Amino acid sequence: MRAPVSDLPLVLDGVSLRAGSITILDRLNLTIASGAPTLIVGPNGAGKTRLLRLCMGLDRPTAGHITWGGRADSPMARRAILFQRPVMLRRTTAANIAYALALAGIPRSERAERVGALLERVGLSDLAQRPARRLSGGEQQRLALARALARDPQILLLDEPTANLDPAATRSVEEIVQSAAESGIKIVMASHDLGQVRRLASHVIFMVRGAICEQGKAGDFLDHPTTEEAAAFVRGDLVI
Amino acid sequence: MSDEFSALQLILDGDAALFAIVKLSLAVSLSAVVLAAVIGMPLGALLGLSRFRGRSLLVVLLNSLMGLPPVVVGLAVYLLLSRSGPLGTFGILFTPTAMVIAQTILIVPIIAAPTRQTVEDLWVEYRDELTAMDVGPAGRMATLLWDARFSLVTALLAGFGRAAAEVGAVMIVGGNIDGFTRTMTTAVALETSKGNLPLALGLGLILVTIVIAINAAAWGTRIWSERQVG
Amino acid sequence: MSFRFASLALAFSITALVSVASAEERSIVVASTTSTQDSGLFGYLLPIFKAKTGIEVKVIAQGTGQALDTARRGDADVVFVHAKAQEEKFLAEGFGVKRFDVMYNDFVLIGPKSDPAGVKGKDIETALKTIQAKGAPFVSRGDRSGTHSAELALWRQAGVDIGASKGPWYREIGQGMGAALNTAAAMNGYVLSDRGTWLSFRNRGDLDIVVQGDKRLFNQYGVMLVNPAKHPTVKQQLGQAFIDWIISPEGQASIAGYKIDGQQLFFPDAEKKGS
Repeated sequence: MRAPVSDLPLVLDGVSLRAGSITILDRLNLTIASGAPTLIVGPNGAGKTRLLRLCMGLDRPTAGHITWGGRADSPMARRAILFQRPVMLRRTTAANIAYALALAGIPRSERAERVGALLERVGLSDLAQRPARRLSGGEQQRLALARALARDPQILLLDEPTANLDPAATRSVEEIVQSAAESGIKIVMASHDLGQVRRLASHVIFMVRGAICEQGKAGDFLDHPTTEEAAAFVRGDLVI
Repeated sequence: MSDEFSALQLILDGDAALFAIVKLSLAVSLSAVVLAAVIGMPLGALLGLSRFRGRSLLVVLLNSLMGLPPVVVGLAVYLLLSRSGPLGTFGILFTPTAMVIAQTILIVPIIAAPTRQTVEDLWVEYRDELTAMDVGPAGRMATLLWDARFSLVTALLAGFGRAAAEVGAVMIVGGNIDGFTRTMTTAVALETSKGNLPLALGLGLILVTIVIAINAAAWGTRIWSERQVG
Repeated sequence: MSFRFASLALAFSITALVSVASAEERSIVVASTTSTQDSGLFGYLLPIFKAKTGIEVKVIAQGTGQALDTARRGDADVVFVHAKAQEEKFLAEGFGVKRFDVMYNDFVLIGPKSDPAGVKGKDIETALKTIQAKGAPFVSRGDRSGTHSAELALWRQAGVDIGASKGPWYREIGQGMGAALNTAAAMNGYVLSDRGTWLSFRNRGDLDIVVQGDKRLFNQYGVMLVNPAKHPTVKQQLGQAFIDWIISPEGQASIAGYKIDGQQLFFPDAEKKGS
């Protein structure tokens, strides 16, 4: 069953995450609305992964509020997340997708057809019966994407899905993400790859040390960064 | 025929009584393994995934119960099933059913304890993914058990080995009745007490051979299916 | 998928068990002694009885004391044991219906061929006294079995207070007849055995009979139906059928017909009737 209400916009209001005396995320204020992809950009350790987990609802903030479409208790049903290293269930490629479909409440009779369509969509039709754990890194990311898409999400959160992939695999993942965005799914993707930002982003959130340093349209961020840190990052200098 | 070869001779002769004993031993121990798996695996998974006060105590207890002495289990089941016991009305003392019950109790911890460990370890890896997929508690247990299936084969084999090898419990609750509740192990005990040591040893060797064969088959199946599923 | 397989296997194993259990319709449980089983008597007798009546007899072989306890709990239909004092106590408590003599054999004192205590050919009282005096190794069943009861009675008759004079020479093993013989064979000790078990025992090592034929070594077996008034689950008719047969001329002849190496093991004496 699909919740009739929307998870968008996703709003973070003064959200902080602390572990003991360490501040991981510091008073984030953020609104993610429907539309073209938003990329969360920043150096390693900036808190991108933590932010995505909060957006998914996997972790709770230690301060502040998160709302999805105005509700604080929205179930995860219409969100999906792709981890940097997704876990492949010990079964075939097709069975991994069928598993996600079953969880999404798709009746058994419709699953085979949907599995076929999703395999087609991520280009894994030939590997349907291959054990998922024996797929290559890029293939595993594409399978994880198919699993995420099986949930028919409104928001798809991705945590540097191409970080460990070669250019060809990166391209095929980006193509799937692109087409998902075109089909109306809100993409929120973490990346520290400026080329990827240029290729995919419509909107950029730039984070440094757990805080949002700058946000705006991708073109503005790349061509006219307003903060020193953003300018250094775009130039390719090390930002710590 | 010389004593040393009497057990071998029984096999070569296709001795019906011997085969009945082997069949009963396998039927009882395999039934116990199936039942113990049905009980012990969900139990282990549940314990592996739950967090509550006193959980560590329960884990220690479960691990300790792996060393449950068969004769203690046998005695407890005997007192339960005896006509004078609380479950006496069923009249199942001195039957294969009683033996299955005793062995099941004996090996539930042997299956549940490693299942708990395996599921708990796997949960560390799967937690985020399954939580993000909104998998409920029952679904988590089922998924983790299924994905841990190759490791769990080892737990099943340990349970089977224990069941097939024990004599204390089946002797007490089965009564070692000729042609009815006599298993490989009670037959070995009987032949030993008759002073028929070569035959006892021969029967013991047959038992060990069967256990090795079953382990080899299970291992082979595991390797084969791991290759299939990766 | 895993669960479907598991439930299938479960259903299968339960079916297998039920089919085993349903075969026990016309059957009785006889609590008896290790000597009747280890000597092979039941293995010889029961097929004859089954062919005649179709009744399956399931023998639980325990020591006499334990066999009587099993019956006291209502877990047997018939007891077939050999310790008259214990049997009469069982009857007096109301657990048995009536006791019948079935057969006898005799006890023999087994010891090393070298006979370190020098008791060969002596009467049993002298032999036991000598063994105790010399501290020669002696293996006792120590399991409240009929043989154990007989042994204790013999020590008493010999004037030896075994409770007081127990020493390292006197080894109580708490096990069956066969185990006691195995132990004696391993440590070259003396042991009291029923003749039947001795004759069929295979692991004799250096052991042989050292004392036999003493009338105090007489070993009487009796059979009793467990009292249905105490335990309504007792299969009265089938149990009585077994008792009737075993004390009948045919049953008695079958007992006399059981021989090992041409030697008769048990001597039927049901005519005398019992208490």
